[in-house]
This record gives sequence, structure tokens and C-alpha cells, in this order.
Amino acid sequence: MEVIDNIKEQVVDVKRITVNPLESEAIYIFREVVAQFEKPVLLFSGGKDSITLVRLAQKAFYPSKIPFPLLHIDTGHNFPETIEFRDRLAEELGVELIVRNVQDSIDQGKVVEEKGKYASRNSLQTTTLLDALEEFKFDAAIGGARRDEEKARAKERIFSVRDDFGQWDEKNQRPELFDHLNGKIDLGQNVRVFPISNWTELDVWSYIQKEGIEIPSIYFAHKRKTFIRDGMIWSAEDDVVHREEDEAVEERLVRFRTVGDMSCTAAVLSDAITIDKVVEEIRASTISERGARIDDKRSEAAMEKRKQQGYF
Amino acid sequence: MDVLKIATAGSVDDGKSTLIGRILYDTKSLTTDKLEAIETRSKANGFDYLDFSLATDGLVAEREQGITIDVAHIYFSTKTKSYIIADTPGHIEYTRNMVTGASTSQASIILVDARKGVIEQTYRHFFINNLLRVKDVIVAINKMDLVDFSQEKFDAIKADFETLIEKSDYKEQNITFIPVSALQGDNVVDKSANTPWYSGQTLLEHLEELDAQDVYEKAEVRFPVQTVIRPKKDEFHDFRGYAGKLYGGDLTVGDEVTVLPSLTTSKVKEIFFFDQKFETAGRGSSCTITLEDDVNVSRGDMIVKSSEQPRVEKQLSATVCWMDSKNLQPGTNYMIQSGSSRILAKVKHISGTIATDFSGQDESKNSLSLNEIGKVQLQLSKPLAIDSYSKNKASGSFILIDAQTNNTSGVGFVE
Repeated sequence: MEVIDNIKEQVVDVKRITVNPLESEAIYIFREVVAQFEKPVLLFSGGKDSITLVRLAQKAFYPSKIPFPLLHIDTGHNFPETIEFRDRLAEELGVELIVRNVQDSIDQGKVVEEKGKYASRNSLQTTTLLDALEEFKFDAAIGGARRDEEKARAKERIFSVRDDFGQWDEKNQRPELFDHLNGKIDLGQNVRVFPISNWTELDVWSYIQKEGIEIPSIYFAHKRKTFIRDGMIWSAEDDVVHREEDEAVEERLVRFRTVGDMSCTAAVLSDAITIDKVVEEIRASTISERGARIDDKRSEAAMEKRKQQGYF
Repeated sequence: MDVLKIATAGSVDDGKSTLIGRILYDTKSLTTDKLEAIETRSKANGFDYLDFSLATDGLVAEREQGITIDVAHIYFSTKTKSYIIADTPGHIEYTRNMVTGASTSQASIILVDARKGVIEQTYRHFFINNLLRVKDVIVAINKMDLVDFSQEKFDAIKADFETLIEKSDYKEQNITFIPVSALQGDNVVDKSANTPWYSGQTLLEHLEELDAQDVYEKAEVRFPVQTVIRPKKDEFHDFRGYAGKLYGGDLTVGDEVTVLPSLTTSKVKEIFFFDQKFETAGRGSSCTITLEDDVNVSRGDMIVKSSEQPRVEKQLSATVCWMDSKNLQPGTNYMIQSGSSRILAKVKHISGTIATDFSGQDESKNSLSLNEIGKVQLQLSKPLAIDSYSKNKASGSFILIDAQTNNTSGVGFVE
């Protein structure tokens, strides 16, 4: 029965555009950005959300090329697979790729590298990003943030105005009504734009599956030398996460659910080697994508309790 | 997958957060980590039940800190649909937040405390749902556990609410009454054994059956051109594609169309969605079309079917909800943005404010302050293609932008 339904749907598809409301909304937003701003840029990390943005941008402007460059703020701690993927994608699209390095900001003395066991360059990215926006006079920076990721983001607008210092004034946001997006800003201000605001993690994965979009290999299950810290699995193949001597290395079958900075991106045990398996895994998952991080901020007790229950 | 956007409005203690938390819990949408946090906090607060209002505690924290309360978005899904809840506070000083939430929602949940019945705030919620013509309104009569699941109580509240419906000028609105206890879960997701006299659906059963098509309902076809696509490639040398989102209905190759405001006519030649050509663009699709004739079309223009033309006017009357701390005054200028068009407008006249409790108009007022709703006449610098809001939500609504601050200062609904 299900097979017959699928065939029917495909036949109809040839003649009439099947509307996916989330996709339609995202494409609409991309077109508003290009129409309302002088110099937009797409913030590209090589992760699944920004890869999805690239596909949506292609759809918005076909048969033209994507009419803005990609900007990657490279922490220097990215997974090599992601960097290789990034370069190849930009090449295939024929779109300009701008890379700005956190290392340069460190060398210029603008930011100071964190120290210690939990040192991460994640928060250092902001300075490099703001400098890049100013260097190129970008007035709209398109990002892949989603409202379901985190509570503060649940209040984020689709067009989110930032002042000259890149700051978000959450108490004084513009109301967004219907599809009327107001992109009017003063000189020196810029706007962060979030076309997939209303997507959930599962929506993104389902879209990647349906569209057959290529993603970096680290999203799929692979064997990796890892160690356990604070109940999470960390890659031991690079020296970005400073492993201590009592943290034993073991080869595990893992994949990454997000591909941020290596210093703060943990792996999960998984045997999902295809996109279908990944979607299945996400669907069945009872832990949110950023779960551990959110939880740790919220209370000490929750983490302790998980450990008592045998969580890693 | 279908997406249904729901607006909820309510005050601190009418159980709104608990209701949303209950829906999330009963649909198994709370992840283990979130659930653990709720358990821990509930225990710490000394409750012997799970406090589901903690599931939306972004808002609770906001209240504790006393910062501006805003629209929060909550996501969950079932096998048939994805749901987005736009959760807004319900007091009069948050009218603009309620209007914002309702503007992108197909359905709305109005909470009534079974002990208190229909109160002033209920009037306001219903009024806003009326003004914005939200198609499906669910009146959830909550805290039924505190009135012994009394049918008389439920019937009395329903009867009170029905007198409000008589004052409504949007008769096509579907209004459904459901007796619930968010705290105990009665009739939220699962049918309650405590209300044998109620034969209707549970809240979720009802939501599952609603049409999730689009906020913009079926109406005449409107295609505001967002941008013109001119690829500089050999294979698409003379390509001029008009990119936009299609509202109201379907558009098919061969349809006779008129470009507004210039009134030039042509026919739809091709419809593109990404790299494929289609015969028909469905309502709500973000597509690109080409026309048979070499006509001049740019951003701000609107393409319509020649048989279904909107008004093209330089003056309009609208109901405006004001959202700025700087009052709206006659004689001042604003930018009006509707569809892809943004032009200068002068406020000609403000003919009073409208009370949000159905008590009528105050015609003595000739300005609008924050959160006030009133009738406004605007003079436009150029002709604009518009419809009345009751006929077409997409081309019948607009925002007003303050040219000095760039703020979105108000929203209007064309008469």
C-alpha cells in the first residue's frame, strides 16, 4: 500500500510543485536578503546546517549561481574531513570562499587562547567574525541557527539586527509579522539572517536524506581512536583535545552529530553508515543535539544522576 | 511533512505553560535530558508531581528576571505533522506580541480557567484571533480537575463564550471547546475518564485533523516579485525569471497574467522550481516563472491572473495595531511594506481606537499609542496593489516602518 502511494506522489510531482512549507519559507528568506541588502554573505562551517543552507540558496536563485560568497571562520581546530569537503563544495558551486582564521586574531593579540584541559577556540570565533564582516563591509550574514537548538535562540528573529559592535539587543527586537521582513538598517549595523529558524534537527536530516545532499564523512559511523571524559566520547586522533594520561585510548565505532570546533564536539556511539540509518537514529534518539551542554549549565545534579544510571 | 503553526496566549497562572509542557510530555517530545531537568527541578521546588511548565522555562526565567516578555517558539511533531507553537503572554501590554504570534499561525489555543470562566483577557484573545482571522480557534477550558470535572461549569463557560462569537464579524472561524486538565493530562493527548459527558476529541486529536496548508488561505492568486533572476550563462542567455512566493492559489503554464501596477499583460511561459520545470506551481511554493512577452517587471511588482485583479490604490483605510513606543500621529510619514513593495506613506487621519474587548470604538482619540488598535487612513506616494485583508491575507496586510529608527512600528489590515 505504501509503495503505491509513493508512486502516485511521484507522478503528481512531475506536473505540480509539491510544497514543503519549511523549504518554501527558507527560499523566500534568501530572496528577501538578496533584494534588501547590499552585500550579504553566507556563514559556512561545513556542518549539516550550513550545507543545507547552500542547497536552499541554490534553489532560490537557479539558474543563476549563488549571488553571495561563503565565509568560513576557521578555528584551526576543524575536522580535516570538513575542510576538505568545504573546499570541494565551493569549487563545484563556483562560489567565492573566504576563510578567516582565529589563529590570525590570536597572533594579532586581539584574543587570547584559553588554557587548561577544557580550552576551546569556540568563543574566540566572534572577534574574527566581526572583523571579517567589517573588512568586507557585509551587511547581512546568513547563518544556519535554528530556534529548536537552544532557549535563547527560540526568541531569535529571522532578520536579527546587530549594532556596530555586533551585539544582539534581545529586549528590543523588531516584531516579525506574516512574511513581511524588515531589513532596513543604519550604516554600520548589520543583520544576522536565519532562513532555517523554524527547522528542527530532524527536519534538517530528513531534508538531506530526501534531497540526497552530500555531507562530510564524519557524520557517518566510522572507527576512531577515542577516549572518555565527563561521560562523553572525544577524538584522540588529533591533539586538539588535550588528553590526560589517565584517559585511556580505545577504538570505537562512532559518528559526530554536530561538526563544530573539535575541542568541544563529542562523538556518539553509532553504527549508522548511511543517511537512512542516521535519520532513523535521530528519530529514535531521546537526547537533544546540544543536550549535554544545556544540561550541564542547568544543574549539577542532572549530570551526576546520569552517571549514576550508567550513562558514559 | 505538513507544518501546523499554533499561537497560544495566556497569563502567568492560567496553566498555559503546563498545557504546552503536557503536550510535549504526552507526545514523547521531551528528550531524556530535558525530562531529567524537569524532574530534578520539580523535586527541588517541593512538588510531588512533575511541573511541566518547566518545559518552556525560557519564559519562566524571563518572568523571574523581569525582562521583556517575547514570543517563544516551541517545536514538536507527531507521525502526521510538525507543530510550531508561538507562545505569547496574554496581558494587555503584550497585545503586539499576541498579534505577532497570531500573524503566522493557522490555529490558536485560548485558555480559560474553569474556576474563573470568561474574563476580560479571554475577550482580548478572541478579539485578536478575530481581527487576524485565525481559521481555527480552540477554547481549552482548563483546570477542570479543580471544578470536579463539572459539565454544568463547562456548559456555562461555553455559553458565555458564545455570546462573544455573536459579536464577531468572522463567521467562517471554526471554534471548538474542549474540557481539559493540563496538570493531570485530561483530554490533552489522551481521552479522560473523568469527562464521560464529553464526546468530542482531545486537544491533540483535534490538532491532528486541522488543515496545515498555509497561514495564507485559498484566495485569488498573488505573486509579489521578490527578485529578477538573470543568469549570465550561455545556456540561459535571455532568461528573465521572476522569483517569488505564490499566495492564494495555483499558477499554471499558459495562464493569462497582469503585472501590477503597470497593468501590462502576458502569459506564463515556464515555471521553475530549482532545476526542474513544472506545469503548475502550488499555493505557497517559492518558485520562479518566466513570461511569454518581454515585459518590464521588477521587485515590488505583483503578478496576478488577469481574471482576478486586486485594487491598485494610492489611498487606503486599514485597522492598525501599533507596536512602537512613539505614538502614531496624523501628518507623519512612514514606509509601508506590503508584499515586496516598500513605499512612502503619509498618515492622513486616525478615526479613533478600537477596544480589544468588543466594547466598541473610542472616536475621540486621534493618535495610537503602543498596543492600541485603531482605524487609520493612509495616503501613498505611489499606487499599490492591495486587497482587503478579509479577502486575501498576503496582499491585505502590511507593516509600517519608521524611517528614522527603521523599527517595525505597526501592522495594518486593509479594509
